[in-house]
Amino acid sequence: MRFFRHSSQDPLWQDEFSIHAADERYVSRRQFTKFLVLTSLGMFVGNTWILVRSLLSRRPGYSEKNICSASDVPVGGVWLFRYPTEKDPCILIRPDEQTYVAYSQKCTHLSCAVYYARKKNRLECPCHEGYFSVRNGDVLQGPPPRPLPRVILERRGDQLVAVGMDSGKET
Amino acid sequence: MAEKTSPGRKQGLTAIDGALALIALLLIVQMWLLTATLESYLAGHHEVALPAAIISGVIFLVCGGLYLFVARIDSEARQADGETSTSNERPE
Repeated sequence: MRFFRHSSQDPLWQDEFSIHAADERYVSRRQFTKFLVLTSLGMFVGNTWILVRSLLSRRPGYSEKNICSASDVPVGGVWLFRYPTEKDPCILIRPDEQTYVAYSQKCTHLSCAVYYARKKNRLECPCHEGYFSVRNGDVLQGPPPRPLPRVILERRGDQLVAVGMDSGKET
Repeated sequence: MAEKTSPGRKQGLTAIDGALALIALLLIVQMWLLTATLESYLAGHHEVALPAAIISGVIFLVCGGLYLFVARIDSEARQADGETSTSNERPE
């Protein structure tokens, strides 16, 4: 790899600290090019790191979790729970008699807790006024870049059970 | 007290400037790619990580190639300068 050594016959220090003005311009361009290539290497390493992380952290299998009984939640009411881990707050909503929906309570913008605005029938983030649809978690307004992750629910008798998560797609 | 630049040097500098502009352009694309990949990864879309890493690697290789080009042009210009100054020397 002779290109990576200094290019003239002079010692490296004479190359880098030339007494000629034209050589100085050369050296600064060469060094700047080297700096840009190193930056490019850094970003390639960053992309590779993301790839390794995504290969190592395959989507976990979600366990089932009893949330509450259906009658515990009044029409227009909510029930807070944590799923799939204790660090993941979620919100269960009953917008009408027969419908139960649950979403992650973390806003997809900066992770503030969203709450259910019953009068407007939407989920609202108080931090930056991001609004989400109760029907499917889609962003209605504001800075959130993607819908709220939805908790997949199953009704077993009177019991509501969380069986998985469906992360929202990019808007 | 500006120093006179030889024609070989001027051509070399032009080529280096061109390569530098191209590298800067590729770098902007790579920055955007990294940001978009990170955003997708955090959104749970892991399928974009592989193509993004491959494209980023290709961009890095192109940047490396351009750097080698710059080094070669630099080397050739210096050699040409050396030969010119040797031939212009007055015999004693």
